[in-house]
Amino acid sequence: MSTPVSPLGSVLAGQAPEVSISRDLVKRGLFAAPVVVLGGFIADSGAGAASAGFALALVLLNFSLAAGLIAITAPISLGLMMGAILFGYIARLGLITVAVLLVKDLSWVSIPVLGGAIIVTHLGLLFWEMKYVAASLAFPGTKPNKPYLTKSRPPDKHQAKD
Amino acid sequence: MEAIARLIAAEAAAAAEAGTTTGDGLTAMGAGLAYGFAAIGPALGIGNLVGKSVEAMARQPEAAGMVRTTMFLGIAFTEALALIGFVVFILLKFA
Repeated sequence: MSTPVSPLGSVLAGQAPEVSISRDLVKRGLFAAPVVVLGGFIADSGAGAASAGFALALVLLNFSLAAGLIAITAPISLGLMMGAILFGYIARLGLITVAVLLVKDLSWVSIPVLGGAIIVTHLGLLFWEMKYVAASLAFPGTKPNKPYLTKSRPPDKHQAKD
Repeated sequence: MEAIARLIAAEAAAAAEAGTTTGDGLTAMGAGLAYGFAAIGPALGIGNLVGKSVEAMARQPEAAGMVRTTMFLGIAFTEALALIGFVVFILLKFA
C-alpha cells in the first residue's frame, strides 16, 4: 500500500527552471526586437513600429511575471503556487487589458499591429525557446551551453606515459 | 420590473442622444463575449495542468524540475489562446 501524499502541503526546494527559461525568453525577445519593430514599421509605418515594440515589451513582462510568481511561491507551498498561478493568470490578463486600454487612443498606436504583434511574439518566442529547453533530470531548464558538459573529453596529449 | 423597464428606457434614450445604434451595442456585446469565452477555456486548461503538475511533483519530487519546466511552457502555450481572444476583442471594439 502506498503512503498517502498531500500535494498541497508539499514544498519545492532547489533551483527554479522557469526563471532560467523566462530569462532566456527575454534575451531572445530583445535579440528579435529589431526584427519585430521592423515588421511593425512595414505594416503601419511609425505607429506600427511603436505598437510592435510595445507589444513585445508587454509579452516579455508577461513571461517574467509568470515565472516570478512560480519561483516565489513554489518554495513556500505547492498549494500557494497553484493559487498564485490561477490568480496570476487573471491578474496578468487584466494587466495586459489595462495596458492596451491606456494606450489605445494615443496617436502612436496602431491597434491591428499591436494585436497581431502580441500573438506573433508570444507564440514565436515560445516556439523558438522550445528548441533550447532540455527538460531532463540533469538539466531541468534550458540546455547547457557548454559543449564539454555533454561530450566526452578528448584524450590529454601531455598525459604521462607509464 | 417597472424599475428595470425604466432603466432600459433611460439607457435607450441615452444611446439615442449619444448617436449609437443597436449595431454598435451588438458589436460591443460580441467583443465582450469573445474575450470572456476565450478566457474561460484557458482558465480550465491551466487549472487542470497545474493540478496534475502539483500531483506529479508531490509524488516524485526528484522530477520536480522537469515537471515545472513542462508546466511553465504549458501555461504559456495555453495562455496564448486567451491572448488570441483578447486580440479579437480589441479588434472588434477599437479597430
